[in-house]
Amino acid sequence: MNPIVELITKLGDDAFILGHRHSEWTGLGPILEEDIAMSSMAQDKIGHALALYTILHEQFGGPDPDTIGFLRNEKEFRCCHLVEYPNGEYDFTLVRHFLFDHAELLRYQLLRQSTFAPLARFAAKVMGELKYHVLHADSLMQRLALGNEESHARLQASLTEAFPLAAGIFEKSPYEDQLIAEGVFAGEALLQQQWLKEIEQRVQAWDLHLPEAREPLAGLGGRYGYHTPYLQPLLDELTSVFRSEENASW
Amino acid sequence: MYGGGYVFCEPDVHGQPDDPERLAEFEARIDRGEKIEPQDWMPYEYRRQLIRLIEQHAHSEIMGALPEGAWITRAPGFKRKLALIAKVQDEVGHAQLLYSAAETLGKSRADMVNDLLSGKSKYSNVFNYPAKTWADVTVIGFLIDAAAIVNQVANSKGSYGPYCRALERICYEESFHLKQGYDAFVALATGTKRQREMLQDAINRWYRPIIHFFGPPDNESVHSKQLMRWKVKMASNDEMRNQFLDAYVPKVLELGLTFPDPELRKDPQTGRWHYGDPDWAEFYRVINGDGPCNAERLSARRLAEENGRWIRQAIMNPQQKFTIPFA
Repeated sequence: MNPIVELITKLGDDAFILGHRHSEWTGLGPILEEDIAMSSMAQDKIGHALALYTILHEQFGGPDPDTIGFLRNEKEFRCCHLVEYPNGEYDFTLVRHFLFDHAELLRYQLLRQSTFAPLARFAAKVMGELKYHVLHADSLMQRLALGNEESHARLQASLTEAFPLAAGIFEKSPYEDQLIAEGVFAGEALLQQQWLKEIEQRVQAWDLHLPEAREPLAGLGGRYGYHTPYLQPLLDELTSVFRSEENASW
Repeated sequence: MYGGGYVFCEPDVHGQPDDPERLAEFEARIDRGEKIEPQDWMPYEYRRQLIRLIEQHAHSEIMGALPEGAWITRAPGFKRKLALIAKVQDEVGHAQLLYSAAETLGKSRADMVNDLLSGKSKYSNVFNYPAKTWADVTVIGFLIDAAAIVNQVANSKGSYGPYCRALERICYEESFHLKQGYDAFVALATGTKRQREMLQDAINRWYRPIIHFFGPPDNESVHSKQLMRWKVKMASNDEMRNQFLDAYVPKVLELGLTFPDPELRKDPQTGRWHYGDPDWAEFYRVINGDGPCNAERLSARRLAEENGRWIRQAIMNPQQKFTIPFA
């Protein structure tokens, strides 16, 4: 695979699958205001996937975005495990959103310098939205971490569960060295380092703690097409209408 | 969405009688086309009926998010998926606006939600029918949104300021939903044989709930005279139903689709639409809790409320003070 195609595919797949998970809250959120916020972020994320798949289509002769999003097999997806996990209760959704979006904001900050111009342009555009995703995550995390005993305990439990999985966000691509050498992307290792600093600082201020690193392979495999058992059922649902009639337009 | 088919309450005979002078002054303001604002004096019955109306409308929005919301995860393709999330999100936003408008009359959002969950408050009947296929989403998005617009445009000219202002924004968003709904509807109508069959089937199932949408015929509606005088109720059920049929039946027929009602026709003399007996007993059964999905919808809402309780409690913590602005 072309290294840039691989990079854009994983970025698009993360956004697509997490956007889909966020959209599962639409109409069922814990407060109307949160319901609305989560739906906004769902649209943003799915919109990012669409934009990235469009780059694949236009710059690399890939299929149209709907075909990329709705007709690939599970094995062809490159999303990380963290985004595949079911929403669980709102604490897990929120902690995942917090961990993921901090990485996403930093990632696109790095990608603004990308030598691959379409990606650099997209990065500049998407930063304006991601800023608000991070703002939302931080403000609600803070309020709930400092809210009451139950909300604090819930966030800690979800952080303990989600933090090891977040390592999968930074799983190195098979083309990592080439991407760095060509200035396309500064690399997962640097990104993870920057991210950890941001996360640690906040978590500490909110009286939460990061779990000790346990299973070193937790959360890994997604970038190579090895997924959690949650992805296939998600894709079955996501594509059920689209696949129900061949060559139809909806 | 989704006003329509409101059920007003019986006049409260135990309520305090209104001061006749103030009542006359109030009615004169309404006759002059002035808006009533939250701090203004208003008759006891006006406040009561308005709370009931706006609250039902808000509930309809939040319950209306459920049948369509269930299709977000299955929407075929990026365009439909993004449009559907945006649309259902708008409905939730409408609920937020409307609960706020109702709160200006003195009932809290929490009390309204509790009355919804206990079955005391009503919401629009249409949301107690199942959305079985993707075609149902397009029928709801086109025809039910269209019906709701007829109702809401009428209500937006009513007398209570906060409700009117909420409705103006709502109608603006609804008209966009209608465009998206029509676009998705036409895609199926002009699609493959299976897509057309799916759409026709959905129309067949939704026809009766749509006729019911505007509420019982005028000769069965109780005490709407005073409410119309006070500009709480702005148009009669039959008037709105006729306006809807007049505008939208032709749009469906021109796509080669049909309605499952051999009696549906427009009288060229009177301009009124005639329709077959839609079984009003069913309307009353559903509004009183015995529709195909009442229990399912309420339990989904109840689950969402229960799952969210810990968050609502945590963020209501009065000890919490944040002095640094987040943005």
